[in-house]
Amino acid sequence: MKLTQYKNDFGKLQSLIALLILCVVFGFLSDKFFTVANGLNVMRQISVNICIAVGMTLIIITAGIDLSVGSVLALCGAITAGLLKNGIALPSFNLFIGFTILGAILAGIIVGSLLGFFNGLVITKFKVPPFVATLAMLTVARGLTMLYTNGFPISSFPVSFSFIGAGWLLGLPVPVWIAAIIVIAAIIVTKKIKLGRYIYAIGGNENAARLSGININRVKIITYTIAGALAAVGGIIVTARLDSAQPNAGTSYELDAIAAVVIGGTSLSGGRGSIWGTVLGALIIGVLNNGLVLLDVSPFWQQVVKGAVILLAVIIDKMNSKNE
Amino acid sequence: MLVTKNITKKFPGVIALENVSLQIDAGKVTAIIGENGAGKSTLMKILSGVYPDYEGQIFFKDRPVHFSGTAAAQQAGIAIIHQELNLIPYLTITENIFLGSELVNSFGLLDKKGMQAKARSLLQTLDMDIEPDTIVATLKVGQQQMIEIAKALLLDAELIIMDEPTSAITESEVETLFKVIEQLRKDNKAIVYISHKLNELFKISDNYIVLRDGRTIESGTMHSITHDGLIKKMVGREIKPMQKEFANAATTELLRLEHICLTQKDKADKLNNISFTVNSGEIVGIFGLMGAGRTELLETIFGLHPKARSGNIYVNGKKLVINKPFDAIRAGIVLLPEDRKKDGLVLGMEVKKNISLPCLEEVEVTGFLNDKRESSLARKHIQQLGIKTPSENQLTKNLSGGNQQKIVLAKWLERNPKVLLLDEPTRGIDVNAKNEMYKLMQELVSKGMGIIMVSSELTEILTVSNRILVMAEGKITAEIPAHEATEDNVLKAAISIN
Repeated sequence: MKLTQYKNDFGKLQSLIALLILCVVFGFLSDKFFTVANGLNVMRQISVNICIAVGMTLIIITAGIDLSVGSVLALCGAITAGLLKNGIALPSFNLFIGFTILGAILAGIIVGSLLGFFNGLVITKFKVPPFVATLAMLTVARGLTMLYTNGFPISSFPVSFSFIGAGWLLGLPVPVWIAAIIVIAAIIVTKKIKLGRYIYAIGGNENAARLSGININRVKIITYTIAGALAAVGGIIVTARLDSAQPNAGTSYELDAIAAVVIGGTSLSGGRGSIWGTVLGALIIGVLNNGLVLLDVSPFWQQVVKGAVILLAVIIDKMNSKNE
Repeated sequence: MLVTKNITKKFPGVIALENVSLQIDAGKVTAIIGENGAGKSTLMKILSGVYPDYEGQIFFKDRPVHFSGTAAAQQAGIAIIHQELNLIPYLTITENIFLGSELVNSFGLLDKKGMQAKARSLLQTLDMDIEPDTIVATLKVGQQQMIEIAKALLLDAELIIMDEPTSAITESEVETLFKVIEQLRKDNKAIVYISHKLNELFKISDNYIVLRDGRTIESGTMHSITHDGLIKKMVGREIKPMQKEFANAATTELLRLEHICLTQKDKADKLNNISFTVNSGEIVGIFGLMGAGRTELLETIFGLHPKARSGNIYVNGKKLVINKPFDAIRAGIVLLPEDRKKDGLVLGMEVKKNISLPCLEEVEVTGFLNDKRESSLARKHIQQLGIKTPSENQLTKNLSGGNQQKIVLAKWLERNPKVLLLDEPTRGIDVNAKNEMYKLMQELVSKGMGIIMVSSELTEILTVSNRILVMAEGKITAEIPAHEATEDNVLKAAISIN
């Protein structure tokens, strides 16, 4: 009975081994690598990617994709920042609505959820392929961000807001806590509740899932909504960390998220993958970035190396699934 | 023209063809006749090079040949027109006809004018008044079928195999097709014509060859045999009454269909005014030849064609609107689809997860899936149905076909369904597993369920059913109680005699 179990674990084991090898190599080459400060630094750097990549994992398991998360991140970050700073002012009605920090954060997350919901709606009801639907959303959300910010950053917030991105709690950076909570919640969703099972079933065989009475459209819409909400969380962290909402924040973040998912062994054709794998994938990318910076490798080479690692991960994964 | 000697083709566990020897003459139309699964398509696939590995010999124009692939067969002069269309929808007629054998000019560029002209003349022979640069996707299915035929004509093949060429075309198109066949016959080509429509065969063919259970049973000239004689030869077996228990006389009505129709664009209705009832404790067998509408009927009951359907469905005497599978499932109607790998199972998932998929509520504890409950639920069904698997954690794709089919059944039994819709429940599984399946079905109906079983296997229909409905061209052509059913009268009703 353990055979399948071992095989599943083996995929993750590979990522884990790769991560360890990377750590050993960098530790050997740089004496700054194995320090607590650097470890926490890596974790804080990847926490935004993890927020996005968790949502991306759910979507990719359904055999979909979401290219819009980077732009959604920027828009939600900007909206939270703008509401916090300026509220909503309607001079013609002599109306001003101010936002507390919590209110502004909630508003940002709601906007992210709505954009994700809209993605899901377009994909299911109008049968637009996920690639195209979310590509359109990528452009639209970026445009809305520019409109909302007029192309200028929105900066300087109360200290208690910056705490979300730059603060510390019980010895760990706050973003790491947020990412950890999201990861744990997502593991519960994928392993322990119906929704998660349906997500795997749809990606594994959409026909069989439909004939089992599962409401495919609803599950997909929920999945894209979750991804939108998580992108918003990422946006709020980025904004708080920089103490500024940049209109071009999150550009190409979707690619880092997809890379983490893929390196973590989640199949782009759906039905197979895990949150834990994605966390490992994000760690590998994070360690790689960090190590190459410490070694003073040129940023151009960093990109080449990152690309090669993604390719290698997928090739190894393909060879494994062939052996099955 | 073509002679085969002792062709044998084995698939794992099945002998599809056994010592088939036959002769196809130039200048004649040879009809190949047989029930579903008699080996017709396997034979055609060997002749056209799709299956290069077989035993026995083929002589084509008096020379021994062994085709390594479809291209080799085409080169030798054998063309096949498949039942399913093999056209590229968004290319033009010309591009489709010349696909793979494009004409080029001396610069190596495509000779568009030359191809266009040739395509135009081919279309003219086929009486088709269409511009050759029309996109194929815009054509009607019947016209697309004619384009397939044009492709075969272009190859200038000596032997043309037509597999159910009239299944999708209109009557006037059939007339044209027959004219073309007539012309080919005059040109001394050999034509192999496969069809379930006996009337057509009598109209167009010179000779017939009957296949049954993978063997050639008889061949002869068409005018030396009658309709009934031909059917008898197809069925072949000694016609004997089946022994079966009719323990509980069916009483309570579970499901009633009234005037179910399934309409489709530009084509004849897939289902035409279907009405029948299913009572508790009975197995209703639905027989029909390929394309009779059997699968569509089950799909329609299960809510898969909500937009094209009309008519009423009553469950336990109450009228229900079934617009999606969940509506059917909630009403106690479940479907075991024809293609269990494509539609029935998530093959990459564990056995237990497939079993629990439609009834995850059962394994939830305070909103969370409980692994222990899920495993024990799966184990219960594995034991009850005798599913052979190392454990409930095995991946479903590693199980044999019979066991996979039992898993599809198991996943529904937890919901205590009232009516089971079984679409070819024993296709591709071995004899032993088949018998187990039949036993299970008997058990289930003895508990008060009703079963509708669609099957292409006549023996299966006759052995298992309490009542037999025969379908042809979307209609029910006969309703026969089991004790009156014979292979003869069932098959006769299934063969459409317009």
